Amino acid sequence: MPGFITSYLDKSVQVTPGQYGSPFWALVYILVVFGGVSLAVVCMNWLERKILAHMQVRLGPMRVGPHGLLQPIADALKLILKEDIVPEGADSFVFLLAPIIILLAVFSVYCVIPFGPTHAITDMNIGILFMLGVSSLGVLGIVMAGWASNSHYPLIGALRSSAQMVSYEIAMGLAVVSAVLMTSLNAEGTGTLSMIGIVQAQYAQHVWFVFKFFPLGLIAFFIFAVAMVAETNRAPFDLPEAESELTAGFHTEYSGLRWSLFMLGEYAAMIAVSSIAITLWLGGWMRPFPNALSGPNWDLAFSLFPALTFFGLAAMTFYSTMRMPKHSYFRIQTIGLGAFAAVFALIGLILLVPPVRDRVQDVYWFIAKIAVFLYLYIWYRGTFPRYRFDQLMKVGWKVLLPMGIAVLMLTGIVGLRDDIFLFLKRLVHV
Amino acid sequence: MTDPISSVSHLDLEESKHTFLDANELVINMGPQHPATHGVLRVILRLDGEKVMGLECVIGYLHRGVEKIAEHRTYTMFNPYVDRMDYVAAVSNGLGYCEAVEKLLNIEAPPRANYIRVILTELNRIASHQLWLGTHALDIGAMTPLFYTFRDREEILKIFEKYCGARLTTHAFRIGGCQYETYEGFEKDVKKFLAFVAPKIDEYEELLTTNRIWVERTKNVGNISAKDCIALGVTGPVLRASGVKWDVRKAQPYAAYKQFDFEIPTGQNGDTYDRYLVRMAEMRQSLRIIQQAVHGIPEGPIMAKVSKVLKPPVGEIYHSIEAPKGELGYFIVSDGSTQPYRVRVRPPSFVNLQALDLMCRGQLVADVIAVIGTLDIVLGEVDR
Repeated sequence: MPGFITSYLDKSVQVTPGQYGSPFWALVYILVVFGGVSLAVVCMNWLERKILAHMQVRLGPMRVGPHGLLQPIADALKLILKEDIVPEGADSFVFLLAPIIILLAVFSVYCVIPFGPTHAITDMNIGILFMLGVSSLGVLGIVMAGWASNSHYPLIGALRSSAQMVSYEIAMGLAVVSAVLMTSLNAEGTGTLSMIGIVQAQYAQHVWFVFKFFPLGLIAFFIFAVAMVAETNRAPFDLPEAESELTAGFHTEYSGLRWSLFMLGEYAAMIAVSSIAITLWLGGWMRPFPNALSGPNWDLAFSLFPALTFFGLAAMTFYSTMRMPKHSYFRIQTIGLGAFAAVFALIGLILLVPPVRDRVQDVYWFIAKIAVFLYLYIWYRGTFPRYRFDQLMKVGWKVLLPMGIAVLMLTGIVGLRDDIFLFLKRLVHV
Repeated sequence: MTDPISSVSHLDLEESKHTFLDANELVINMGPQHPATHGVLRVILRLDGEKVMGLECVIGYLHRGVEKIAEHRTYTMFNPYVDRMDYVAAVSNGLGYCEAVEKLLNIEAPPRANYIRVILTELNRIASHQLWLGTHALDIGAMTPLFYTFRDREEILKIFEKYCGARLTTHAFRIGGCQYETYEGFEKDVKKFLAFVAPKIDEYEELLTTNRIWVERTKNVGNISAKDCIALGVTGPVLRASGVKWDVRKAQPYAAYKQFDFEIPTGQNGDTYDRYLVRMAEMRQSLRIIQQAVHGIPEGPIMAKVSKVLKPPVGEIYHSIEAPKGELGYFIVSDGSTQPYRVRVRPPSFVNLQALDLMCRGQLVADVIAVIGTLDIVLGEVDR
């Protein structure tokens, strides 16, 4: 059997909670990831409203805290305090279970996401399969939410969303498989399904998979990038949230905290799929040009980036502080904004300390790449109109799926071209 | 004589009774409180799955009896009421009414007044089209154009505010001319606006015209043929997008429109995309007209000689103008007293709304929203 096939069949299951291999540290990692993602969702909420507002020549939240910085907290408080309504005639058990299932499915994906070579909750040898399988469970929650609401609109919305997610999952899976193929093709027996292994393969092969077999990697990445927007039900595929149309989606009947769980799930899913795309195609935790620009000098230069980012944030915040109106009414807000600037500067200073500096490298680059993806999500929302349902299905089945199959086959052919030539030569000689 | 309605193709109600596999029709109520019906329009949809088998508009939620009010007011007193019909294009409403009464009185507004009327009406046309574009795009899911158009519409409203003190219901004109002389710097403001808004219209087009999703959502959606348009009395950009070159400004020039050089943009397919292109082109033509008007504005009086108490001779008059939404007509019957015996308005929105059923048949539910948006109705004018 050729080496590239056997390499995937490695029997030793490498479950390593964290880098330490003890349940205690696994628990710590789980809490850190859960807390970090929740915090990221809160930040994303504010950033989305602000960025979208600035794209649309308006200010966005400005009232709660300086520049609306406390708005997500105010919103969260409001949602927690709101009445948790279960509609009459609803299957209350399923109705209450649905958001939890969605949340569980999304957060389980984070089990295998490597934020650094040693910063992951666990590393499985079937990491990417686990990811695809678990994230598909989210559909179950949507169907349950729609069905249990005992109302027409959520039911139709749930049917739409689940149809959308199931169809785009296929194209997504094909793109993922072509990336997994790249780990073993054209290189010595490094084939792996482990998320950490995939990033290490990119390091070993001196190429991000988005640029491998140009343009095949790029096309596969493109398919994934489109499918992941549809997977997370975001603009321009945000039919479940199409308020101007008849169906408002599967969460129409939800209110208060449970509704916010759906939102948390949606944003957490955005971060999860972005990190998968980064792991598979964009070199995961690696900094740009780890091979071409290597050496201690370059390492030092790149290790300054985290601190510089926070200094930049501090400078921006400080500039905004200076521009706050000089009126006693705004004093507390100005002080608050100044405090934000100080906190940013402090974090930047801490990140300058060599032991910290070297350890946050991987996580920093990973988060920076996620931020780019999240910005793209917001940008799409500001730019695109919404697809109609039939057009959305057409894009999924008639455009992305054939493209995915073609890319997968071409990747195989290009990757095995030497073997194919050899085989053809033998055929001719016989 | 054939009934114009029955000559319209597939408006046969019997046809829709047979649905796929004789499944039950789903009847869904949309509105009167619905974000995409632009006010208080109620639409009863009959669906086969996602396909629209037919629909019925229920109107009257905003009925204020404007026509009846006219019978108890003098001609001058009724003038501000017409602004409340199509509140998005109040200047056009006022112009139509004033000209109709002037025709009845057999007087003519002086040339300077006519020029001011043209400038303000065309500014209002741009404002109305901008509002249409923003809401139409929002219905289809593009949020951003709404904020861009409202930002730029603000500049027009500022000019109105400076001219007459009101932004929306302007009451800009009086019977016999204009009450107010243009304010100091009016021409400069208008010229500044022209230079400001031309690149902005390009900006809207950049966001939408070649946007793949926008094209897919609007091409071949809500098609209506020229024949059906004429049979249903549909006018304005909807008619022109179907390929009929009919514009009251050219066909029966009123105010000072005879003096200006402009084109009537038309489309071919009569679909939502063509109507979008026609309206975008119309905004540019309006800029052209304003450009000519503001450069050639003559000096002179702004009011014709009109007696304080208006007592038109016994008779009746029909006068129509090209409002942003189509042909806006006033039919006024005078019994020789100071109050009109009857005022009947031909509102373009109301007449165009008739075509909704025809345009939506066989389309999907999501398209109904696009078609309501593209008809550019204002419920204040539909219900009056």
